[in-house]
Formats: sequence, C-alpha cells, structure tokens
Amino acid sequence: MVIFVVLPLILIVMYAFQDGTGHFTLSNITRFFTDSDSLSTFALSIEVAIENTLICILLGYPAAWILANRELNRSAVTVMLFIMPMWINALMRTLATAELFNVLGFTLGKGTLLFGMVYDYLPFMIYPIYNTLLKMDKSYAEAAEDLGAPPMKVFWKVTVPLSMPGVMSGVLMVFMPTVSTFAISEFLTNNKIKLFGTIIQENINSSMWNYGAALAFIMLIIIGITSLMGGSDNSEAEGGLV
Amino acid sequence: MKKVLAKCYLWLLLALLYAPLFFIAVFSFTESRVLGNWTGFSTKLYSNLFTGGMNGGASLISAVENTLLIALISAAFSTLLGTVAAIGIHNLKGRKRQTMQFLNNIPMINPDIITGVSLFLLFVFLGVSQGYLTVILAHITFCTPYVVLSVLPKLSQMNPNIYEAALDLGATPAQALRKVLIPELRPGMVSGFILAFTMSLDDFAVTFFTRGTIGLDTLSTYIYTDARKGGLTPELRPLMTLIFLIVLILLVVINIRQEKANKTVKSR
Repeated sequence: MVIFVVLPLILIVMYAFQDGTGHFTLSNITRFFTDSDSLSTFALSIEVAIENTLICILLGYPAAWILANRELNRSAVTVMLFIMPMWINALMRTLATAELFNVLGFTLGKGTLLFGMVYDYLPFMIYPIYNTLLKMDKSYAEAAEDLGAPPMKVFWKVTVPLSMPGVMSGVLMVFMPTVSTFAISEFLTNNKIKLFGTIIQENINSSMWNYGAALAFIMLIIIGITSLMGGSDNSEAEGGLV
Repeated sequence: MKKVLAKCYLWLLLALLYAPLFFIAVFSFTESRVLGNWTGFSTKLYSNLFTGGMNGGASLISAVENTLLIALISAAFSTLLGTVAAIGIHNLKGRKRQTMQFLNNIPMINPDIITGVSLFLLFVFLGVSQGYLTVILAHITFCTPYVVLSVLPKLSQMNPNIYEAALDLGATPAQALRKVLIPELRPGMVSGFILAFTMSLDDFAVTFFTRGTIGLDTLSTYIYTDARKGGLTPELRPLMTLIFLIVLILLVVINIRQEKANKTVKSR
C-alpha cells in the first residue's frame, strides 16, 4: 500500500521540483504563476467547478428532499432511476450528451460544458443528500412543528442544517472531479475550452513530465484544501453504494 | 397539488438525465453513419457489433474484452488484498489504525487524474514498461480501498470470540479462517468486489496514463480516441444501448432482491 499510495505522491512532488536533468528547481512552479494561459485556464476550471457544484445543489437538493419524503415518494424505482447513471461509464454518457447537442445544433462552448457537467454529476449530488435525509431523525422536524414553527422555517432551520453532512459529501463528489476532469471538457466543447485537467494531460503526454507534475502538485493542494474544508468523510457515502 | 408538483419536478429531471441515452438507443436502430439521420429501421449495427463486420470492429470488441478482463482481475485481487488489509487494520489500535485508515482514504479522495499521473511517474521512476500489467496494478491500487471500507464494518460487527472458539476447539488457523472468518465477512467482500468491479469498468483517467504505448485500449480509452478522431464509430450506439440495458436489469434485480430480504427480516 505504501508503495502504491504514498510513493507516487512523493514522486509528484519530486518531479514538480526538478528540471529535466534532475536538479532541484522552482521554475516549474514559477512558470505556472507567470504563464497567463495556465493561470486563466486554472481560474476557468475553478469557476466552472464552482458553478457546476452550485447548480447541482440547487437542482439536486429539492430532488433528494422529494425522494426522501415518504408522503411524496413511495417508490424505490424512482430512487433507483436517479442512481443508475452513476453506474454507467461517464465517458459514454458525456459522449451521448455531446452528440445530442451536436444534432440539436447547439454550438459547443461554455454553456454546453456546464450543462453536460451538471448532467454528469447531478446523481452524485442527489445520492448523498438523499441518504442523510433518509437517515435523519424525523422527530426534530416534528418537534419544531409542534412548537409552532411554520413549514418553511422548519425546513430552513431544522432540515437543511441536519442534512449538511450529505451536502458536503455531495460537494466533494462533484467539485473535485469537475476540477480535475479532462475528457469531459474536451468532448463537450470540441476541445475549444481547456480546463486544468486537460493541460496536465497534454504536458504528461508530450513528455513534459516535470511541468505536468508541477501542475498535478498544484491540483493536489487545491484538493487538500477542499477536502479539509469539507471534512474528509466522503468515504461513507461512497462505500454505501451497493 | 404539492404532490403533483413534486412528481413533475422529479420526472422532468429524469427526462433530462435520460434524454441523451434514449437518443442514442433510438439511433442504434438505423444504419446511418451520421447520428441524427434516420434512414429507416435496421438492426445492422447490432449484427455488425456481434460479428465484427465493420471498420475497426475487432479493436472495439477487444476493447470490451480488455475492459471486462481488467475489471475482473483487478476486482478479484482487490478483494483479496482489501480483505487482508481490513483484517490487519482491524487488529491495529489507536494512532496506527488512524494512520492506516487515512492512507486507505487517499486513493478514494484523490481525483483519478492525480492517481493516474502519480502512478505513471511511479512506473517511469521504477523503469517498468507500461501495458496490461501496469493498468491492472493501477486498478488494484484504486479499487482496494473500497473493499477495505466494505469489509471493515463486517469485522467490527463480528463477535471476536468465535474465531478464538474455533481455534480452542482444535481448528487449525487455516480452517478457522475458511470456516469461520470468511463466511462472516462474505457479504462485505461481495459488495467490495462489486464496487471494485464497477470502479474499474468506469475508469478512464488512470487507464489512460498507465496503459503505455502498446496500443492497449479499454472501452473508455477507445471512446476517447474515437471521439477525438471525430466521427464516432456507429457501432458504439448499439453497444451503449446494450450496456444501458444490462445495468438497468442488474439494478432492478438487486433492488427486488433487497426488498425481499428486507421483508423477510421484518417478518421474523
């Protein structure tokens, strides 16, 4: 485990701080911060990821809430239909979406990119929220009602705060893959818009390992920060898929 | 009223989610090479897919075979490794246990591009030539943590005394393992195996970085290269439709079995 988990990460850091001949250097990192192309790609990736995450919460939370509500939804089939896309190869689904856009005559660009990403990641937001809502102790909401709180207030003051762990793991499951994706953005924009993952991939593939590793290192730091903010407990949500 | 609105919202979202898949499924029944161009009903693409009678058909079939083979092998090894690792972690205490669990979580939290790049650098660093073996090793790396997470809860639910009891009653450690421990852990191992299998099937980025240059393709990398060339192989349409149907049937079966299991538990 140590060889395959820790050593590779150390190698990323090592390569990130080396030049082509193996000497220590900061130039890879400084190159990123002085190259306006890389910086704007980076900013765009973060922007798209944040927008995608927000849209997923806005669309996914109500859906998860309805699904978890016994009065509104009794069938396990609807729940299953929402989870099913998670089991189908993401590339296939993305490709299908891109083709649909093509046939409908939309120009591929940022709009289609966002739409396609929401489409790809929405189930990953709905599922953890649904899970926490389902496990939530209903008596809190009932108590609030008994004490005279109007339904809207019960929802905002009791249900939403109690479901925050689910939202957080949903955010982790949506935000991090969107920052790092490369195939999805290439498909959905016909390679017009490059995201951060794409430039990592291009550098590694054209044998610019050191710069690629430096970019991966920067992404690793971003991931570290987001998972610290979100509390690193998305394990439970993913482990419970079967 | 509220109920109707809620239902409408759900079905609208579902319609959006499934529109592209249905679109592909519908156009898998026509011969046209260009998507969205209906040239009459035909099952030619399906027969092409199964007989390999098309341009580059062999490579698509072999990509599917590779995908399944890699997923099976890496899921099997991950289940083995993950179970052993879970037993190991379970017997650790305090700090050490936390560290190991943290290490176990790393590949799951890491986005696959990081896992892919880091393993790529590892193989370059060790001077291993990349191909089948490296892809399988890489898949085992990111699948094992899921098995560990599925088996650990079963270990903590288990009564530790039964294993000891088996030993006291004269079972050899191997017998105790086979007859006592494994049956107790089986549900966790099975769900770990299924998770690992689907994770491996779904993977694109890790395979992409660790497959080297020998022309090894899984379904994901095949689709990626195909789409970049422009002009998607039409036979992918029936393939996607079939995969979609298989997943649907599997999930329905699992769901029905679960409901049955729930009912028997309740009626006890």
